[in-house]
This record gives sequence, C-alpha cells and structure tokens, in this order.
Amino acid sequence: MHSVSDQLLHRLREARKRRALSWWERTYLPAVAQGLWLTSAHFWRNLFLHLAHRAGLFRSVPAAATIQYPDERRKTELRLRTRHRLTKREDGTPRCVACMMCETVCPARCIYIVAGEHPDPNVEKIPKSFDIDLGKCVYCGYCVEACPEDAIRMDTQRHDIAAYSRDGMWLDIKELLNPGTRAFSEPPEKFVQLSVEEFKRLPSTPEPPPPGTGLAPS
Amino acid sequence: MWFDLGIKLAVSALILGGVLSFAGMQTWLERKQSALMQDRIGANRAYFTLPWAWAAPINWLLRKLGGLGILNVLADVMKMFTKEDIIPAQGDRFLHTLAPFLSICFALLAFSAIPIGPDVELFGRTIPLQVADINAGLLAVLALGSLGVYGVILAGMVSGSNLATLGGLRAASQVIAYEIALGVSLVGAIACFGSLDLPTIVARQGQLLWGWLPRWGVFLQPLGCLIFMTAALAHTKRIPFDLPEGEPEIIGYFAEYSGMKFGLFFLTDFVEIVLVAALTTTLFFGGWQVPYLTPAGFQCPWGGSVPVSHLAYVGLGLLSFTVKVVAFIWFFMLIRWTLPRFRYDQLMTLGWKVLFPLSLANIAVTGVLVVLIT
Repeated sequence: MHSVSDQLLHRLREARKRRALSWWERTYLPAVAQGLWLTSAHFWRNLFLHLAHRAGLFRSVPAAATIQYPDERRKTELRLRTRHRLTKREDGTPRCVACMMCETVCPARCIYIVAGEHPDPNVEKIPKSFDIDLGKCVYCGYCVEACPEDAIRMDTQRHDIAAYSRDGMWLDIKELLNPGTRAFSEPPEKFVQLSVEEFKRLPSTPEPPPPGTGLAPS
Repeated sequence: MWFDLGIKLAVSALILGGVLSFAGMQTWLERKQSALMQDRIGANRAYFTLPWAWAAPINWLLRKLGGLGILNVLADVMKMFTKEDIIPAQGDRFLHTLAPFLSICFALLAFSAIPIGPDVELFGRTIPLQVADINAGLLAVLALGSLGVYGVILAGMVSGSNLATLGGLRAASQVIAYEIALGVSLVGAIACFGSLDLPTIVARQGQLLWGWLPRWGVFLQPLGCLIFMTAALAHTKRIPFDLPEGEPEIIGYFAEYSGMKFGLFFLTDFVEIVLVAALTTTLFFGGWQVPYLTPAGFQCPWGGSVPVSHLAYVGLGLLSFTVKVVAFIWFFMLIRWTLPRFRYDQLMTLGWKVLFPLSLANIAVTGVLVVLIT
C-alpha cells in the first residue's frame, strides 16, 4: 500500500510527463487555427456589440472590459481603504481629541498633530493642526483602528491621488475635514492651525458615498 | 501619345494613392482591430476643433472621427514629421538617409505589375488597369520585393550601432530563408496557369473547374498557397516573423532612426502588407475576378444569367479586388495579434527544413499532375 505522499508524488510525475505530439499536431497548424479562431471570434463579437450599442441594442452586454477613466470609475470593494478624512461634530469642529494614538501607532510616521485646549470643559483637547503626508502613508489603516473616538476614517472613496511633487501629497486639516476642497495642482499649506471658531466657519462638503460604490466622476 | 501618358499617370496615381491610403489607414486598423480582439476600446481620444463659428459642422465631424480613433493617424504623421532627425556620428550620413528611401521605393514599385481591375473600354481605347504590362510581371514583382531588403540591411550596416547591425543581419538571413520558399512555392502556380504574366494569370482564374468551382489558385495549389502566405508573412517582417526588429532584445535595424525616416520604415511594413495581400489575391484568389462574372454578365453554373454593363463589370472587378485585399490585410493583422514570435532557430528550421522541401515536393507533384492531365 502506497502512502499518501507516494501517491501524490506519483501523480505529480505523471502530470509532468509530456504527451508526445502526433504528426498533425507537430505541424502546429491546428494550434494556429485554434488561436486564430479564438481571437477572430472575440473580434466579430465585439464589433457586433459596438455597432449594436450605437443602435441602442444589447446595452447590458459590455463590448469591452475598459473602464473609461476619468469619465467612468471603477466600483470599489466594501473593505477598500481609501483616502483619510476626519469626522466632525455637529457644530463643525473635528471629533478628534488629539490623544495622539494614531500618530503613535502609525508605522510610516506620516501623521502630525498639534494639540490645543478646547474652550468647552467637557471636551478635553482639540487638534489645532492635523496633517497627513500621503507620500509616506502606507494605507495600513492602523490609525482608524487605534482611534477611540471614530474621528478618523478611510472611506472617502478617493484613491486617485496625483501631484507634481512629494510636498503636493500633503493633506492639511481643512482638506481632511472636507475632502475634495484642495486643488492638488497647487503647493500645499502645511501645519495649518485653526481655532474652534474657524472650524465652525469652514464650508462643509457632502458626506462621501457609501462604501463599495466608488466616487462618481466630477 | 500624350493621351496615353495622361491615362498611365492617372492609373499610377490611382494605384499609388490607394496603396498609400491603405497603408496609412492600417495604423488605425492595427489599433482598433487589436483592441477589439483583446476586449479593449482602442484609440478614441485624439481630436482637434476649429475655432470659428461657421466650422461647427466640421467640428462635429472631427469629434466623431476622433471618437473612432481615425484622427490618431493624423497625429502620428504630425509627430513623425516634427521629431528631430538624428544621424549617429559613427554612421554614414548619405547611406543612412538613403536606406529608408530604398526600402519604401522598392515596396511601392512592386505594385506596378499588379492588375487591379479588368481592361476598360473607353473612348474606343483599351485601358489596362495596371501601371506596367511586363510580360514576366510575376518575376518583376518578386525581384522588386526582394530588393526592398537592401534598404533594411543597409540601415543596419551604416547606423554604426551593433544592435542595428544585428537586426540587419537577421533580416538578411531571414529573407534568404524565406524568399527561396516564396519563389519556389509559386512555380507550381506558374505551371498550373502556364504564364508569368499577371493579367493572364488573373484571366485564367476566371474559368471554372468542373463547371462550377472558380479556377482559383487556392483550389489548384492549396499547399502552394499556404507556403506562399507563410513566406510572404515572413517577408513583411512582422510578428510572428519580426526577428529583424526583435523589440524585446535588439530594437532592430531601425534602432538609430528617428522622425520621418523611421516613419518610412514603418510605412514600408504596411505597404508590404498591402503588397502581400494584393499578391495573394492576384495569384491564389482570382485577382479582380468575381465568381461567375464574365464580361457579358453573371453566368450561373446551374443556368440563368444576368447581363451586366461594361462599366458595372469594371466597377465590380475593382470592388472585388479591393474587398479581397482588405480581407487579407485583416487576416494578416489577425495573425500578427494572435501568434507569438518564433525563436531564431525555429524560424530557420521552418524556412529551410519545412517550407523549402515542402515547396519542392509541391513542384514535383504539380508537375506530374500537369503533364498527366494535358
């Protein structure tokens, strides 16, 4: 009786043996014909579908796998970690209490927080500035895990970040509170410090779309 | 005499313009066909608009053409013409410039002997739709096609670059390996049609076999047709026979070329595809003949006929030739985007040990059969 490993080895050896090609197969003509058949079938199918789409037919059957970025965007996965944002209280101030948990846990050390006193005695502290250097960020999500206040999330559905320099990847607290307000073509403002009153006066952008949808093209 | 000259010039202009526009549109065909074969969309972004208000309908058309990717051809040409023309310091200035012109000239000259349609009866004259009625036209086409490789070898030798030289040498060895099979594979067809004159070959393909099958070369010489198409594909130097270019390892004989001189090599490839498609059509697929169409009209083998006027006959012939050529261009493009490249030794094995003996055997069998039948 062979052991299981013997049987497995035997099967592996059998699988590695190449079958001798017949005379007809060695001309490679059937293989060439098969390949041409496959590619031309794709060609005619896609040509027919493109023409049918022009006429408004078979719209539900895609003729190409292409996603026409930036006119169309890919649907994201539910669990995808995208660019960070800071959640806000109802009065527009950040929910963050500047406990430094995220800055401490961050393996890339890309979070920079300057803590300040909050005028409300019920709130312990508030970040005067909160900066993330996306050029360093590794998108591990530890900051989200570490936050005791649900103040930082990675659900903006934005993952197409491009800038002309490393500095251009800098996110200050205004952009983190209201994703989509900063123009990435311009040089960043670093360590912007805002008071509680200035936080309340910031124009607010809409909530990001729910996870798994992907950002609609702007 | 001046009238004849004018007619010849008009026919040459028609053929030259047709060939060049086919070659130019192949960049578009290549982009779009490969995209469709690979479930992609392909080039669809390049377009420009005119700034004036009255140009609105033109702008609408330009947008549509841009969406189809046709304006990319224009963008290609503009890029080629405006790029810097670099001649390497170690290279030979004169020969470096001469090489691409040699290459394109011989490729275009080979079209002179190919008949693109039936003789036209106009103003009491017979006008052949062919530039030069050479009585050994087939040999002329083959000779001119083979001369084209001098441009390629020259480009490799005078560039002063080892990689370009390698590409040129590969081109030389590949062409020797395949031109022989190419020529020998045609001997069977010549024996069947009994002529080297291309119009005669086309005319004889207008007859019928057993009263119903068009007497096309592909039915008389199936093996010869296969060998010819393989060797002709090798002649165009494109995948799966693109050893002279060999982009992954040596960039090829045009490694030291830029701008429109490189563009001419690029164009040569496309012109040669048109040439090979036209030759395959002429020799094996009836040329401009439409099945069952005679100068009097359609003659169905099972009886019944439809009369056709002379001009319609000419028009149908031209259309038939064009359709066949386009179909072959499509087919060669399909092969180019389907098959992987041969290894160098596989290429030589195929040329010397498979195609050459096969074409010799084809001659022997054809010769015996022709003698037995006639």
